[in-house]
Amino acid sequence: MKKLFYTLCLLGLTSATYATEFTQIVPAKSSLTFGYKQMGVPMDGKFGQFTAQMRFDPAQLTTAQARIDVNLASIDTGSSEANEEVSGKLWFNTRAFPNGQFVSSSVKALGGNRYQTFGTLTLKGKAVPVSAIFTFKPDGATAIFDGTFVLKRLDYGIGEGIWTDISTVANEIQIGFHFIVNAGAVKK
Amino acid sequence: MIARYTYPAMALHWLMALLIFIAFPLGLYAHELPFSPLKLQLISYHKWLGVTILGLLLVRIIWRLTQTPPALLATNWQRHAAHAVHGLIYALLLAIPLSGWLMSSAKGIPVVYFGLWQLPDLVSKNKELGDLFKELHEGLNTGLLALVVLHIAAALKHHLIDKDNTLRRMLPF
Repeated sequence: MKKLFYTLCLLGLTSATYATEFTQIVPAKSSLTFGYKQMGVPMDGKFGQFTAQMRFDPAQLTTAQARIDVNLASIDTGSSEANEEVSGKLWFNTRAFPNGQFVSSSVKALGGNRYQTFGTLTLKGKAVPVSAIFTFKPDGATAIFDGTFVLKRLDYGIGEGIWTDISTVANEIQIGFHFIVNAGAVKK
Repeated sequence: MIARYTYPAMALHWLMALLIFIAFPLGLYAHELPFSPLKLQLISYHKWLGVTILGLLLVRIIWRLTQTPPALLATNWQRHAAHAVHGLIYALLLAIPLSGWLMSSAKGIPVVYFGLWQLPDLVSKNKELGDLFKELHEGLNTGLLALVVLHIAAALKHHLIDKDNTLRRMLPF
């Protein structure tokens, strides 16, 4: 009996330390933000709705994967005038392309708690390879993933016509993600 | 021999007048434009003009405090009226750029002078406050428009009807 108890403890410890795979994102505590320059003015905003399917175990990076779907109409640029504009045809054209999607292909460790994921970001029907550097901070059954990457909006045709003028709205958009992810079922 | 304002006082007066005559219609026009790069550009230029006017005003106040302006050529009540209008115009030239700056801060679009130097936000982002400062900015500008019309009318009245040197005091010729 005692032996079984210790074995269970050990199993529990082992799984908590080494075999925890984080899979369940907590949307209410997570955020997806962006920043850019408009006439030299730093601006920021966020996407209110997104879903993420992911698996991440730092001990087994080869199985790590993420797929993030963003409801582009849930954008908040800070003003209703701009929100309306960026949903329109020249920007995201959310009626034809309601979602943006990131699908990872690999993750590599950069040392410490830093990692880099490579994958494909699809916006407005255009798929472009991207990579993002993020930190991973596990705390028991929950982990915090914080990362950033820069995309060039014109690669995706985001802001066509008059908006291709990047001296007004910069081409570089800084994307930031802050994901709170719970551990899923312990692997056997 | 006409007792004139000093050349720096004249330069500040006419330069600010010019900038105000650009900034005012620019603000009105940009406000009416649909959301577009042109609108974002014009609003930025409007803000840069406002910051410039505010800076020039500070220089002008310092200059004014160290100088004695030439006497007004007018009756007693006109002198009082002129002082009151001048005082109010100075107050508005301070309050209007500040209300615009407050509005920018509250709307979450900081003022970056010439796209290079970011001014500190005076308040944090708040939509209701932003709308309030917008109303204030518009109201103060309506007041400025009325006072400037009065100011110009009085100057022209002195020049064309009284045929005195009131306007020449502010002109180098």
